[in-house]
Amino acid sequence: MKPGRFAAIALAVGSLSISVPARAATIEITMENLVISPAEVSAKVGDTITWINKDVFAHTATATNGDFDVMLPPKKSATSVLKKGGTVDYYCRYHPNMKATLKIEP
Amino acid sequence: MFVRWSAAIAAAVLLSSPVLLQDAHAADKLTDPQIAHIAYTAGVIDINAAKQAQKKAKSKDVKAFAEDMLRDHEAVNKQALALVKKLNVTPEDNDTSKALSKQASDKLAELDKLDGAAFDKAYVANEVAYHKTVNGALESQLIPSASNAELKSLLQTGLKIFQGHQQHAEHVAAELK
Repeated sequence: MKPGRFAAIALAVGSLSISVPARAATIEITMENLVISPAEVSAKVGDTITWINKDVFAHTATATNGDFDVMLPPKKSATSVLKKGGTVDYYCRYHPNMKATLKIEP
Repeated sequence: MFVRWSAAIAAAVLLSSPVLLQDAHAADKLTDPQIAHIAYTAGVIDINAAKQAQKKAKSKDVKAFAEDMLRDHEAVNKQALALVKKLNVTPEDNDTSKALSKQASDKLAELDKLDGAAFDKAYVANEVAYHKTVNGALESQLIPSASNAELKSLLQTGLKIFQGHQQHAEHVAAELK
């Protein structure tokens, strides 16, 4: 497939999820080279987060308020469904310099 | 008495002004084969410390921390070995690596005499200090001196890992008090 075509589809998919906010969305959060991106994500209760660990190191996504603690072995991904609203700061327990925020609307 | 004091002062000086930095400043510029050797040695040192802690540590948190160190440093060193192989670089032993290894084996012997909570505290305190030293060396010497872009990038990842470990160690140290 041509790269241009792929980008067009990606765009279309992207705008679809924006134009139908009532549906639960799946949001990807990537950990690569000890950096979480995007560092700030807005989501809604019911949305699914797909955590993708691209590093050869194990990471965790651990909420400072105890709402979630997801283990991410090297080169693995995991999903969690958001059940509670609020602004949640989270970090990696093994590398606490990896920090990010989830803004979850009710 | 005098001899003892000067030994103690020498030890204190060694600790406060890391041997790594002193040697790095003394040398004109470290070469990539030397930098690779230093980085790899620094990883091996922390792996050996973690293996000792796995045997001796009492606290669950300290044991878990040692496990994390072992896993991460083995992963970094595996990447480092793959990179030197790819670049066809032979890591070259040097005075900084030698001094680091000597200091580390002295520390292992010192920690070996301790047991239980005393060991846990001393191991974690040394992990904080050691990672601080290595981070300083990476930032001020090893990364700026590296010529190869891939080596530089691996060192930069290493720095982020080590900074994470330092914070993790500080957290474990605070919990032990």
